[in-house]
Amino acid sequence: MISPRTAGAMPAAGPWLPQSAVLESVTPETPGVATYCLRLTSGDCLAKYSFDPGQFNMLYVPGYGEAAISLSGPTRRAAQGGADTELLVHTIREVGSVTGAIARMTVGQKLALRGPFGKPWPLAELTGVDVVLVAGGIGLAPLRPVIYEILSQRDRFGRCVLLVGARSPENLLYAPEYSAWRSAGVEIHTTVDRPAAFWKGNVGVVPLLIDRLRLRDAGRTAFLMCGPEVMMRFSAAGALARGIGRERIWLSLERHMQCAVGLCGHCQLGTELLCRDGPVFRFDRVEPLLQIHDL
Amino acid sequence: MESFLAHSDLQRLIDALAGRGYMVMGPTLQQEAIVYDRVTRIEDLPRGWTDDQQPGKYRLRRRDDEEFFGFVVGPHSWKRFLFPPLTTLLTSRQTEEGWEFETPPDDPPPLALLGVRACELAAIAVQDRVFMGGEYVDPTYAERRRKLFLVAVNCTQAASTCFCVSMNTGPRCRQGFDLALTELDDGFLVEIGSDAGKELLAALPSRAATAAELEEAEAHRQRARVQSRSIPSDEVHDLLLANLQHPRWSEVAERCLSCANCTLVCPTCFCSSVQEVSDLTGENFERRRQWDSCFNLDFSYFSGGHVRQQTRARYRQWLTHKLATWIDQFGTSGCVGCGRCITWCPVGIDLTEEVAAMREGAP
Repeated sequence: MISPRTAGAMPAAGPWLPQSAVLESVTPETPGVATYCLRLTSGDCLAKYSFDPGQFNMLYVPGYGEAAISLSGPTRRAAQGGADTELLVHTIREVGSVTGAIARMTVGQKLALRGPFGKPWPLAELTGVDVVLVAGGIGLAPLRPVIYEILSQRDRFGRCVLLVGARSPENLLYAPEYSAWRSAGVEIHTTVDRPAAFWKGNVGVVPLLIDRLRLRDAGRTAFLMCGPEVMMRFSAAGALARGIGRERIWLSLERHMQCAVGLCGHCQLGTELLCRDGPVFRFDRVEPLLQIHDL
Repeated sequence: MESFLAHSDLQRLIDALAGRGYMVMGPTLQQEAIVYDRVTRIEDLPRGWTDDQQPGKYRLRRRDDEEFFGFVVGPHSWKRFLFPPLTTLLTSRQTEEGWEFETPPDDPPPLALLGVRACELAAIAVQDRVFMGGEYVDPTYAERRRKLFLVAVNCTQAASTCFCVSMNTGPRCRQGFDLALTELDDGFLVEIGSDAGKELLAALPSRAATAAELEEAEAHRQRARVQSRSIPSDEVHDLLLANLQHPRWSEVAERCLSCANCTLVCPTCFCSSVQEVSDLTGENFERRRQWDSCFNLDFSYFSGGHVRQQTRARYRQWLTHKLATWIDQFGTSGCVGCGRCITWCPVGIDLTEEVAAMREGAP
């Protein structure tokens, strides 16, 4: 794995200095959610930039501030060259002032970023393993690079299953890509909280999909989860009930990340500094912490 | 080998530091408290004063002698000189080509800290780990730390709020200083802790200490070991983490004002927030880092809401971080036993009492 310190757009000048970037394209996804492709304006930074699935950038809009956003696009390895490897892809839900400012930007406008930061998904440990991805809402964004990675080296992994939950059918993220993923060998199951009239699929919470899932060999299956904390708690419980070991479940946690380098204290969860020690954690490491309300 | 420096030669120590380009910071009397500020003359020091400290209480009082350092620790820690309360991290300027970012030039004067106690040396060592011990180094802290000269002073008395003995951080200054002083009736015993300290002492009119002086110094230092408060530092980590749902958290929350005083006086608390500041043209922006506190409600705010809504959760975060999870995060306790959080709590909450209650009621 490439360490974020040497791989990123982080110059020796210190952890606070961002790199200028230009907004190259915006793709609307679901209501309030769009995918933004950014190009680092410095060719040198671009050449040095690489990330692993699960890592995040601090996007900076001067005058508004920074927001921690996971990379949701392909890594260079997954894309195997081509123009899209030049772009840093972020799928963002408009929730606050920074993400709102980004949502109002037009193609060609400038912003900045620092990164990549954080511990990635443990893809190196998953060779030959069946991989079950569990996503809730925008939580699919940090998992999409995992799908691209698996598809680019399909033989390295076992089965790949994607379980997606959303509030309603129109909130199912990346739905236009599902058929291509299915054709490439990804088994996809979706569920929604509130069905629309046309919806003939599953209704209910994501853990229900785990209960019904056909597993080939629980001992050789790994779960990667990202979504609301309550969803991940119940999904982890569901996976445990299906015989998946605690050391085979990983989740990506969210708190307010401000410095992204373990120096500001904001993103603490008990023993962990999420920006530094996470955001991806093996379940056994954080299980006791997730059981305490408002820790 | 300790040397003797007469009281009358303390000014020479300050002058020698100034002569080597240091700005000397030390204890001064301000607003009825002993606070750290610029010191150029020995008259700036609170000679002949001492402090009475209790939970929620701090009073200065005249001593019946003329000791220079006959008090313990005040509301200030040295933290503000290494980790400034307000720092501009970045400036952004809009140009034709886009944004230009710059880290503001940072060339602070080298500081010599005069009168650093053992608990404060320990606190600096704790912040060294936080700001310089990980993958990312904080440039603001590192730049100030690199230039620092430390003149430690061994305590010769303890406040009622002190518990450094139980935290294994004092009262004796053992490492991390350039020079360490122990005050006697007519002067100081001086211990060398670094080459820079050795060089400085060589420029002062000192002489080898006598056996009687060494004995007197040890007797003075022993007085500071008399401390009424303590924390079981070897078991507090597991104790607190095993009691995250203890009813005591709710009880202390009934008294806690969530005012953040304890985190501001704490010599190791490092939490901060960055604010975006604009000029009137809207073309120039600054990112300013300011001390923050886990007691502020907004500190834990993110898109999912406030994580720690209740004072109970915020006090629990502070105490468990300070005494337990800090160890997991940085390999050292975040508490050095200085007692400031006890003294400066407006309602006199005493963390040693909270830990003891947790211990008694532990399942």
